[in-house]
Amino acid sequence: MAKALRKYEVRSQKSEGEVQKVQKRSPLELDRLIHERLRLGIVSALAVNERLTFNDLKRLLQTTDGNLSVHARKLEDAQYIGCDKTFEGRVPRTEYRLTAAGRRAFEKYLSHMEALIKAVRD
Amino acid sequence: MGATPEPIHAHAIDNIRFIRDAMARATAFTAVPGWGGVAMGVTAIATAFITGPPDDSLRWLFIWFGDAAIAIAIALVTMTVKARRIGTPLSSTAPAHRFALTFAPPLVAAMVLTPVFVTLGLITRLPGCWLLMYGTAAATGGATAVRVVPLMGICFMALGAVAFVAPAAWGHWLMAAGFGGLHIGFGLVIARRYGG
Repeated sequence: MAKALRKYEVRSQKSEGEVQKVQKRSPLELDRLIHERLRLGIVSALAVNERLTFNDLKRLLQTTDGNLSVHARKLEDAQYIGCDKTFEGRVPRTEYRLTAAGRRAFEKYLSHMEALIKAVRD
Repeated sequence: MGATPEPIHAHAIDNIRFIRDAMARATAFTAVPGWGGVAMGVTAIATAFITGPPDDSLRWLFIWFGDAAIAIAIALVTMTVKARRIGTPLSSTAPAHRFALTFAPPLVAAMVLTPVFVTLGLITRLPGCWLLMYGTAAATGGATAVRVVPLMGICFMALGAVAFVAPAAWGHWLMAAGFGGLHIGFGLVIARRYGG
């Protein structure tokens, strides 16, 4: 029990750290959290769907359970995506949605990419 | 010697492309049943042989209604089976809802137009109406589905346009070419490229 509590506290501290890191980023700095391919895929897929289940994302991004869990957790920690766990009968169901902060970060990332392309073309 | 570094704008273009693909995949309805299409095509060809050319008779009309009912049943069953197999139950996915909402309106329009054609004595021109409206449904619904579906829709629409200007006696052959041939051809492509 104590071990589980400690694990939760460590995770909470880590989450706060991620959020602070995201908030402190300068406007010109590339959002490394979204920049990673799988996380970029998660955010892109959620940008066009109100909600997607864990299995939907796994199928769309053709990845493994472990890989998706790790990257989704990082986005959750940064509060870019929200996660709702429910039960469908006896089967657990995990659904993800993009938060307002996640959408802003995604739009900013897209603008950043477009600006890079434009800078070279001009 | 290290590899030549990739220019930053090329990386940005690659990222934008990746985002676009991820978004397109996330909104695409992938449970379009290829083998279901093939089965629907086979029943349509059989129906065209049974009915013969359109002759303003209700017999001709009701045989095609029967085939439509069988085709709908085949489509629903094979779509449900495929959706379950690929892990995207129809009841819970936004792409499935979008597909249904864009596919259905032209079919409803066809259902409204059919009695109008019948009362005006234009049963022989129904193949044009049905092919055109089904093609419109596939073209609009296909915009949110796998890529070949809109192309199939356009082919149906072209056949529908031909059916309106061709001799009425060709009606059953055009129905066989559309609901039979196009369903079988595109069904095979969908089955091979998009998992069944």
